[in-house]
Amino acid sequence: MVTIFFAYFALVSVVAGVLTVALKNPVHCGLALLAVLLHVSGLFVLLNAEFLWAVQVIVYAGAILVLYLFVLMLLNLKTDERYFHSSYLYFVGPAVLGACYVLVLLLQSPYAGAKGDAPAAIVLQDGDTYAVGIKMFSDHLLQFEIVGIFLLGAVIGAIVLAKTPRPIEGNVRKSGR
Amino acid sequence: MIPLSAYVAVSAVLFITGLLGVLIRRNFIIVLMAVEIMLNAANINLVAFSHYLESMAGQLIALFIIAIAAGEAAVGLAIIIVVFRGKISTNVDEMNLLKW
Repeated sequence: MVTIFFAYFALVSVVAGVLTVALKNPVHCGLALLAVLLHVSGLFVLLNAEFLWAVQVIVYAGAILVLYLFVLMLLNLKTDERYFHSSYLYFVGPAVLGACYVLVLLLQSPYAGAKGDAPAAIVLQDGDTYAVGIKMFSDHLLQFEIVGIFLLGAVIGAIVLAKTPRPIEGNVRKSGR
Repeated sequence: MIPLSAYVAVSAVLFITGLLGVLIRRNFIIVLMAVEIMLNAANINLVAFSHYLESMAGQLIALFIIAIAAGEAAVGLAIIIVVFRGKISTNVDEMNLLKW
Protein backbone atom coordinates (compact mmCIF):
# COMPACT_ATOMS: atom_id res chain seq x y z
CA MET A 1 0.00 0.00 0.00
CA VAL A 2 2.76 2.44 0.97
CA THR A 3 4.61 1.46 -2.18
CA ILE A 4 1.59 2.33 -4.33
CA PHE A 5 1.27 5.73 -2.64
CA PHE A 6 4.99 6.37 -3.02
CA ALA A 7 4.89 5.46 -6.71
CA TYR A 8 1.89 7.76 -7.26
CA PHE A 9 3.38 10.75 -5.43
CA ALA A 10 6.82 10.31 -6.99
CA LEU A 11 5.54 9.85 -10.52
CA VAL A 12 3.07 12.73 -10.42
CA SER A 13 5.55 15.13 -8.80
CA VAL A 14 8.19 14.37 -11.43
CA VAL A 15 5.72 14.64 -14.32
CA ALA A 16 4.27 17.89 -12.95
CA GLY A 17 7.80 19.23 -12.47
CA VAL A 18 8.59 18.56 -16.12
CA LEU A 19 5.30 20.22 -17.10
CA THR A 20 6.16 23.27 -14.97
CA VAL A 21 9.33 23.72 -16.94
CA ALA A 22 7.92 22.79 -20.34
CA LEU A 23 4.46 24.37 -20.57
CA LYS A 24 3.95 27.50 -22.59
CA ASN A 25 1.38 29.53 -20.70
CA PRO A 26 2.80 30.88 -17.40
CA VAL A 27 -0.51 30.32 -15.58
CA HIS A 28 -0.46 26.65 -16.59
CA CYS A 29 3.11 26.49 -15.27
CA GLY A 30 1.89 27.87 -11.97
CA LEU A 31 -0.85 25.25 -11.72
CA ALA A 32 1.64 22.47 -12.54
CA LEU A 33 3.85 23.87 -9.77
CA LEU A 34 0.86 23.54 -7.44
CA ALA A 35 0.62 19.84 -8.37
CA VAL A 36 4.35 19.43 -7.63
CA LEU A 37 4.03 21.05 -4.21
CA LEU A 38 0.99 19.01 -3.16
CA HIS A 39 2.52 15.70 -4.22
CA VAL A 40 5.82 16.51 -2.54
CA SER A 41 3.81 17.14 0.63
CA GLY A 42 2.35 13.66 0.14
CA LEU A 43 5.90 12.29 0.16
CA PHE A 44 6.43 14.09 3.48
CA VAL A 45 3.45 12.25 4.96
CA LEU A 46 4.95 8.94 3.89
CA LEU A 47 8.12 9.94 5.76
CA ASN A 48 6.27 10.59 9.06
CA ALA A 49 6.71 14.35 8.76
CA GLU A 50 3.13 15.58 9.25
CA PHE A 51 4.19 19.01 10.49
CA LEU A 52 6.19 19.62 7.32
CA TRP A 53 3.19 18.42 5.32
CA ALA A 54 1.02 21.08 6.94
CA VAL A 55 3.68 23.76 6.50
CA GLN A 56 4.16 22.78 2.86
CA VAL A 57 0.43 22.98 2.11
CA ILE A 58 -0.14 26.23 4.02
CA VAL A 59 3.03 28.16 3.19
CA TYR A 60 3.96 26.83 -0.23
CA ALA A 61 0.64 25.99 -1.85
CA GLY A 62 -1.31 28.57 0.11
CA ALA A 63 0.96 31.60 0.22
CA ILE A 64 3.90 31.41 -2.16
CA LEU A 65 1.94 30.01 -5.09
CA VAL A 66 -0.84 32.57 -4.66
CA LEU A 67 1.85 35.26 -4.69
CA TYR A 68 3.13 33.90 -8.00
CA LEU A 69 -0.35 33.76 -9.51
CA PHE A 70 -1.11 37.30 -8.35
CA VAL A 71 2.03 38.62 -9.99
CA LEU A 72 1.20 36.68 -13.16
CA MET A 73 -2.24 38.29 -13.28
CA LEU A 74 -0.80 41.70 -12.43
CA LEU A 75 1.70 41.61 -15.27
CA ASN A 76 -0.74 40.15 -17.82
CA LEU A 77 1.98 38.33 -19.71
CA LYS A 78 1.55 37.38 -23.29
CA THR A 79 3.02 34.02 -24.22
CA ASP A 80 5.76 34.60 -26.74
CA GLU A 81 6.53 32.17 -29.51
CA ARG A 82 10.06 31.25 -28.50
CA TYR A 83 9.67 30.54 -24.83
CA PHE A 84 12.79 28.41 -24.51
CA HIS A 85 16.25 29.84 -24.57
CA SER A 86 17.70 29.68 -28.08
CA SER A 87 20.41 27.13 -27.25
CA TYR A 88 18.41 24.85 -24.96
CA LEU A 89 19.28 21.68 -26.88
CA TYR A 90 22.87 22.04 -25.67
CA PHE A 91 21.63 21.81 -22.08
CA VAL A 92 19.05 19.01 -22.36
CA GLY A 93 21.35 16.25 -23.65
CA PRO A 94 24.12 16.56 -21.07
CA ALA A 95 21.56 17.02 -18.29
CA VAL A 96 19.73 13.80 -19.16
CA LEU A 97 23.00 11.87 -19.43
CA GLY A 98 24.24 13.27 -16.13
CA ALA A 99 20.91 12.47 -14.46
CA CYS A 100 21.07 8.85 -15.64
CA TYR A 101 24.60 8.51 -14.27
CA VAL A 102 23.60 10.04 -10.93
CA LEU A 103 20.60 7.69 -10.73
CA VAL A 104 22.77 4.63 -11.34
CA LEU A 105 25.11 5.79 -8.58
CA LEU A 106 22.23 6.52 -6.18
CA LEU A 107 20.39 3.24 -6.66
CA GLN A 108 23.43 1.15 -5.69
CA SER A 109 24.43 3.15 -2.62
CA PRO A 110 23.71 1.63 0.80
CA TYR A 111 23.41 4.88 2.87
CA ALA A 112 24.19 3.15 6.13
CA GLY A 113 25.22 5.91 8.50
CA ALA A 114 25.24 6.69 12.18
CA LYS A 115 21.70 6.78 13.57
CA GLY A 116 20.38 9.80 15.45
CA ASP A 117 18.31 9.97 18.61
CA ALA A 118 14.80 10.15 17.11
CA PRO A 119 13.65 6.79 15.78
CA ALA A 120 10.16 6.51 14.32
CA ALA A 121 8.66 4.97 17.48
CA ILE A 122 9.66 7.94 19.66
CA VAL A 123 8.51 10.46 17.05
CA LEU A 124 5.14 8.74 16.63
CA GLN A 125 4.58 8.61 20.39
CA ASP A 126 3.90 12.34 20.76
CA GLY A 127 3.59 13.27 17.12
CA ASP A 128 5.92 14.92 14.66
CA THR A 129 4.88 18.46 15.62
CA TYR A 130 5.92 17.86 19.24
CA ALA A 131 9.28 16.41 18.20
CA VAL A 132 10.02 19.26 15.79
CA GLY A 133 9.00 21.86 18.35
CA ILE A 134 11.13 20.39 21.15
CA LYS A 135 14.14 20.13 18.86
CA MET A 136 13.71 23.58 17.36
CA PHE A 137 13.22 25.50 20.58
CA SER A 138 16.00 23.71 22.44
CA ASP A 139 18.87 23.15 20.02
CA HIS A 140 18.10 25.47 17.12
CA LEU A 141 16.69 28.56 18.79
CA LEU A 142 19.33 30.91 17.38
CA GLN A 143 18.71 29.75 13.82
CA PHE A 144 14.98 30.22 14.39
CA GLU A 145 15.54 33.83 15.43
CA ILE A 146 17.87 34.41 12.49
CA VAL A 147 15.18 33.16 10.10
CA GLY A 148 12.71 35.54 11.73
CA ILE A 149 15.04 38.50 11.17
CA PHE A 150 15.63 37.30 7.60
CA LEU A 151 11.90 37.20 6.86
CA LEU A 152 11.45 40.69 8.32
CA GLY A 153 14.22 41.99 6.07
CA ALA A 154 12.75 40.22 3.04
CA VAL A 155 9.29 41.69 3.65
CA ILE A 156 10.66 45.22 4.09
CA GLY A 157 12.82 44.82 0.99
CA ALA A 158 9.88 43.57 -1.08
CA ILE A 159 7.68 46.48 0.04
CA VAL A 160 10.40 49.04 -0.71
CA LEU A 161 11.09 47.52 -4.14
CA ALA A 162 7.48 47.15 -5.24
CA LYS A 163 6.23 50.50 -3.92
CA THR A 164 4.92 52.82 -6.62
CA PRO A 165 7.49 55.57 -7.00
CA ARG A 166 5.85 58.91 -6.22
CA PRO A 167 7.05 61.95 -8.13
CA ILE A 168 8.81 64.38 -5.84
CA GLU A 169 6.93 67.65 -5.42
CA GLY A 170 8.02 70.33 -7.87
CA ASN A 171 10.17 67.85 -9.71
CA VAL A 172 9.48 66.28 -13.09
CA ARG A 173 11.58 63.23 -12.34
CA LYS A 174 9.30 60.22 -12.30
CA SER A 175 11.24 57.83 -10.11
CA GLY A 176 11.58 58.78 -6.49
CA ARG A 177 14.64 56.62 -6.04
CA MET B 1 9.47 -0.75 2.87
CA ILE B 2 10.65 1.82 0.37
CA PRO B 3 14.43 2.14 0.20
CA LEU B 4 16.03 5.48 0.92
CA SER B 5 17.60 5.52 -2.53
CA ALA B 6 14.12 5.73 -4.11
CA TYR B 7 13.45 9.03 -2.33
CA VAL B 8 16.91 10.28 -3.21
CA ALA B 9 16.32 9.34 -6.86
CA VAL B 10 13.00 11.24 -6.98
CA SER B 11 14.69 14.24 -5.42
CA ALA B 12 17.58 14.07 -7.92
CA VAL B 13 15.20 13.93 -10.89
CA LEU B 14 13.19 16.88 -9.57
CA PHE B 15 16.36 18.85 -8.91
CA ILE B 16 17.65 18.31 -12.44
CA THR B 17 14.25 19.30 -13.83
CA GLY B 18 14.43 22.54 -11.90
CA LEU B 19 18.01 23.16 -12.95
CA LEU B 20 17.07 22.67 -16.61
CA GLY B 21 14.17 25.07 -16.13
CA VAL B 22 16.49 27.74 -14.76
CA LEU B 23 18.86 27.22 -17.67
CA ILE B 24 16.49 27.02 -20.63
CA ARG B 25 13.43 29.13 -19.85
CA ARG B 26 13.37 32.77 -20.90
CA ASN B 27 10.53 34.02 -18.70
CA PHE B 28 11.82 35.28 -15.37
CA ILE B 29 8.75 34.13 -13.40
CA ILE B 30 9.13 30.58 -14.71
CA VAL B 31 12.80 30.70 -13.73
CA LEU B 32 11.73 31.54 -10.16
CA MET B 33 9.25 28.64 -10.24
CA ALA B 34 12.05 26.30 -11.32
CA VAL B 35 14.08 27.52 -8.34
CA GLU B 36 11.14 26.54 -6.12
CA ILE B 37 11.21 23.04 -7.65
CA MET B 38 14.91 22.78 -6.80
CA LEU B 39 14.27 23.85 -3.21
CA ASN B 40 11.51 21.24 -2.95
CA ALA B 41 13.87 18.55 -4.21
CA ALA B 42 16.32 19.50 -1.48
CA ASN B 43 13.48 19.29 1.04
CA ILE B 44 12.56 15.75 -0.04
CA ASN B 45 16.19 14.75 0.38
CA LEU B 46 16.48 16.27 3.84
CA VAL B 47 13.24 14.76 5.14
CA ALA B 48 14.06 11.32 3.70
CA PHE B 49 17.47 11.25 5.36
CA SER B 50 15.92 12.60 8.57
CA HIS B 51 13.49 9.66 8.58
CA TYR B 52 15.90 6.91 7.65
CA LEU B 53 18.82 8.08 9.81
CA GLU B 54 16.44 8.79 12.71
CA SER B 55 17.34 12.38 13.44
CA MET B 56 15.14 15.48 13.59
CA ALA B 57 17.75 17.90 12.23
CA GLY B 58 16.80 17.28 8.61
CA GLN B 59 13.19 18.30 9.15
CA LEU B 60 14.27 21.49 10.92
CA ILE B 61 16.52 22.46 8.02
CA ALA B 62 13.65 21.71 5.64
CA LEU B 63 11.49 24.14 7.64
CA PHE B 64 14.18 26.80 7.38
CA ILE B 65 14.40 26.16 3.63
CA ILE B 66 10.66 26.79 3.31
CA ALA B 67 11.07 30.10 5.15
CA ILE B 68 14.00 31.08 2.90
CA ALA B 69 11.92 30.14 -0.16
CA ALA B 70 9.12 32.45 1.01
CA GLY B 71 11.55 35.36 1.37
CA GLU B 72 13.15 34.59 -1.98
CA ALA B 73 9.77 34.51 -3.73
CA ALA B 74 8.69 37.82 -2.20
CA VAL B 75 11.89 39.68 -3.11
CA GLY B 76 12.17 38.04 -6.54
CA LEU B 77 8.61 38.93 -7.50
CA ALA B 78 9.13 42.50 -6.28
CA ILE B 79 12.20 42.74 -8.51
CA ILE B 80 10.13 41.39 -11.43
CA ILE B 81 7.50 44.09 -10.84
CA VAL B 82 10.16 46.82 -10.76
CA VAL B 83 11.78 45.56 -13.98
CA PHE B 84 8.43 45.13 -15.70
CA ARG B 85 7.37 48.66 -14.74
CA GLY B 86 10.42 50.23 -16.30
CA LYS B 87 10.83 48.10 -19.37
CA ILE B 88 7.79 46.05 -20.37
CA SER B 89 9.45 42.64 -20.47
CA THR B 90 10.12 39.69 -18.20
CA ASN B 91 12.49 38.03 -20.61
CA VAL B 92 15.78 37.22 -18.93
CA ASP B 93 17.70 37.85 -22.14
CA GLU B 94 16.52 41.45 -22.32
CA MET B 95 17.43 42.30 -18.72
CA ASN B 96 20.91 43.56 -19.42
CA LEU B 97 20.66 47.03 -17.94
CA LEU B 98 23.50 46.42 -15.52
CA LYS B 99 25.67 44.54 -17.97
CA TRP B 100 28.97 46.32 -18.40
